[in-house]
Amino acid sequence: MNKINKFEMRLSALSENENFARSCAAAFCLPLNPTLDEINDVKTAVSEAVTNCIVHAYNGAADKYIDMSVTAEEGGKLTVTITDSGCGIEDVEKALQPFYTTKSDEERSGMGFTIMSTFMDELLVTSEKGRGTQVSMTKFIRGARNVDSRTDSAAD
Amino acid sequence: MQVKIYNKGIYTIAGLSGELDEYAAKELRRELDEGLTLPSVKKNILFDMGGVSFMDSTGIGVLLGRYKLLKGLGKNMFICNVNAQMDRILRTTGIYTIMQKVSV
Ligand SMILES: Nc1ncnc2c1ncn2[C@@H]1O[C@H](COP(=O)(O)OP(=O)(O)OP(=O)(O)O)[C@@H](O)[C@H]1O
Ligand SMILES: [Mg+2]
Repeated sequence: MNKINKFEMRLSALSENENFARSCAAAFCLPLNPTLDEINDVKTAVSEAVTNCIVHAYNGAADKYIDMSVTAEEGGKLTVTITDSGCGIEDVEKALQPFYTTKSDEERSGMGFTIMSTFMDELLVTSEKGRGTQVSMTKFIRGARNVDSRTDSAAD
Repeated sequence: MQVKIYNKGIYTIAGLSGELDEYAAKELRRELDEGLTLPSVKKNILFDMGGVSFMDSTGIGVLLGRYKLLKGLGKNMFICNVNAQMDRILRTTGIYTIMQKVSV
């Protein structure tokens, strides 16, 4: 059976925690042997999701929480789920469009979800108006396998 | 984040370092808007990202915001020394079509 490793954390919705959240996710996936590019992709996607909780879900209110869970499966499958209990998204399909933002007056460009879906392999967003949003992202870390196959052929 | 603004050759250089995310954005905007509207600032402004180790879409917003500000003042904005992570963001979001990347 595939070994599954998991961690969960709860963070105050403060922007100073963004660095901590993305660094934790990156550190946790290290045993999967990611390439530097893969680590950066995970970091960036996590940063996008956490920023959205702080900026949109809670609109800057600091007494709220963000939940993050990360699972790493032996085959290289990494799943990051980020959940808030904020304002929710009225129309998820619309929110996922490039350049769609409800905060253009605050220098937002509406690229967060586009970055998440480009940098990860799968993106799933579920939301309920007034209740909150859950963003689940999966990435298949290939770095490990590349290293394995190289070792194999070297041994041949 | 740290910001250093100085003149060199045809450019006024805005040298940034640190991680450009939501936490850093507010103070960064303030410093850039203050420093880049001084009379000594040249027509061409080069954002040197050599010290920036991380950026997300908040950084895109900051860059586009400065681009609009500078354009309104009749100035040109360029960007250089972008690391691989930032380059991927800038390519994914099409920012290079607005802000030219130069090598110095
Ligand atoms: N967790 C969330 N809770 C409530 N609304 C959200 C959440 N995440 C995203 N949204 C909504 O979806 C829109 C698009 O999000 P996206 O991250 O793509 O762009 P943005 O945050 O507006 O801009 P950028 O990420 O480029 O700074 C947001 O403007 C907001 O209306
Ligand atoms: Mg966003």
